[in-house]
Amino acid sequence: MSNITYLEAIREAQAHALRDDPRVFIYGQDVGAFGGAFKATKNLAKEFPGRVMDSPISEDAMVGMAVGAAIEGMRPIIEMQFADFSTVGFNQIVNQAATLFWRTNVSCPITVRLPFGGTSGGGPFHSQCLEAIYAHYPGLIVLTPATVEDAYSMLLEAVAIDDPVVFCEHKFLYYHLKADKLPSEALPIGKARIAREGRDLTIVTYSAMVHEALAAAVELSADGWEVEIVDLRSIKPLDTDTVMASVARTGKLLCVGEAWPWGGVTAEIIARVSCEGYGLLDAAPQRLNAKDTPVPYHPNLWAAHRPTARSIAAAARNLLNQ
Amino acid sequence: MFQTAPEISLGEAVSDSHLAAYRFMLRARLLDDKFAALYRAGKIHGGVFLGRGQEALSASLGLALNKTDVFAPLIRDAAGRLAFGESILDAVRTYMGSSLGPMRGRDGNVHRGRPKDGYLPMISHLGAMISVVNGILIARRFKKITGTVGAACLGDGATSTGAFHEAMNQAAVEKLPLVMVVADNQYAYSTPTASQFACADLADKGIGYGIATHSVDATDLTACLKIVGGAVTQARNGGGPQLIIAKLLRLCGHGEHDDAHYIVPELKNSTLGRDCLKVAEETILRQNWVDAAQLAVWRSNIIQEIEEAVAQVQREPAPDPFTEEWRAIASEHLSETHNA
Repeated sequence: MSNITYLEAIREAQAHALRDDPRVFIYGQDVGAFGGAFKATKNLAKEFPGRVMDSPISEDAMVGMAVGAAIEGMRPIIEMQFADFSTVGFNQIVNQAATLFWRTNVSCPITVRLPFGGTSGGGPFHSQCLEAIYAHYPGLIVLTPATVEDAYSMLLEAVAIDDPVVFCEHKFLYYHLKADKLPSEALPIGKARIAREGRDLTIVTYSAMVHEALAAAVELSADGWEVEIVDLRSIKPLDTDTVMASVARTGKLLCVGEAWPWGGVTAEIIARVSCEGYGLLDAAPQRLNAKDTPVPYHPNLWAAHRPTARSIAAAARNLLNQ
Repeated sequence: MFQTAPEISLGEAVSDSHLAAYRFMLRARLLDDKFAALYRAGKIHGGVFLGRGQEALSASLGLALNKTDVFAPLIRDAAGRLAFGESILDAVRTYMGSSLGPMRGRDGNVHRGRPKDGYLPMISHLGAMISVVNGILIARRFKKITGTVGAACLGDGATSTGAFHEAMNQAAVEKLPLVMVVADNQYAYSTPTASQFACADLADKGIGYGIATHSVDATDLTACLKIVGGAVTQARNGGGPQLIIAKLLRLCGHGEHDDAHYIVPELKNSTLGRDCLKVAEETILRQNWVDAAQLAVWRSNIIQEIEEAVAQVQREPAPDPFTEEWRAIASEHLSETHNA
């Protein structure tokens, strides 16, 4: 298969999981014959009769059902139509799924897919980045793949591991991102990746912002700056070692996230580096996030709301010139 | 659509099931009394929630379920838990936070269960357990396991939640063998039903979901055995989800911290205010199924069993924070980088 997109990788991973493991089934709104709002389950209902189920518009009951099925030995994949709507099922994710193992010693292997992040015209309720709020709760694994390869391999691993996984797949990457083929091996969950090597500054980021940061790095390299980019891949677990090693090399840290700033992933990274690696820093660590407002609708406003290659490059320059 | 449950055949079995249910009711009442006493003595951390007045309904459900069924009880279901197979020791260990109990001091009081035995430990968010029961039933459908049912219990207040609505509708759409038991005990904590719902009767809600609905006077054990048993049978035989609306009055506070001063005398003095345990006892003596002396023997044997369990648990080790494994995920290989 050539020119496979991020979205197709997600579909292929689900097909693979359904094919290999009879415990796997998919449950979500419009995921059956229709193939999902984004076509992430296209043709799967036909290929795997009875195992790709349309749900009512009931996010709470969708997740609750998955927890029950997991207790009974299944490996359900739940598709939220948009990450934003997962808040309706929030209680079941954070209070039911996330606490089950701790309370009862019975594991809860469910995967909740969250098509997340901004796209032009998405607006306040089809654009949200909710990784921080799920990572806040003990008991959940939170994944944010930035590449086609990771979308595929991390989704397969999400289904295979024994814990509830919140799988944040970025809608902006669905169609734009392409790879020649699907990977046969991959970094495990919990390991960050150096997306670009550099000596002058570390940018720690994840998901779609990896690509904005890479574009910023190209721009900065024209001025002679070599920026290292760490793609976290998974938010929880968090590979602090790779971040710390990079900061040890560069002495400067910029954290970039598309999510809102307050109490988020970038704050967590800066807290860890400041507490555990203060001596590694040559300048105060900085972060760049979306503005602290709901996500706007109009493309002009949206482009200014979230970090872009240009704003990342500007923030990086400020830090590099210190 | 309204349906009445098919009647269990009335005959010699009536006395057997009545007596069996009564003994679980009595166990639950006496166990609850002990928890209340321990609470007042400061021996229990957190709250104590009693099922006083709800034992007939709860025991009838627990007895109607097989060990291979699924049961998601709520806070006033001590009788149903015991009838479903929970040991007094599990209950005492959970209330007292013993590390040897099923919840190991990590969760307590009514939040206890053994998920792998189909016995689900409730979370506090009302209505949230119903869809979990649905999930087990759907998994069993995938696994081609037939003939089992799942029961979930709630009070009148929980019928106002979105989770209740979503899960009832889900069960109806999937035609699952779910038995939803609603104890309409007139108050959700202090809030009377008039502030909770505006339909004439909670049973009306079943119409909207397109599922079979049954009403029962939960102060009457005989009626509970018949209606609850019938609804469970109907679900087991492929009749789809069943909604049972049981009318009763809570004969205690929400928890032992609550003196329930708000419960109006009119309700206490109505037939709803009858104590189902007394009603069941009167039936037993009137029918001469066993005599008062036998009831006294049962009572003292149960008390002894409870006292022994409490004494045993009081000697057991409390959880040790220094040896506790502070790990919230099952994937051991991820735990090092998972913890903050």
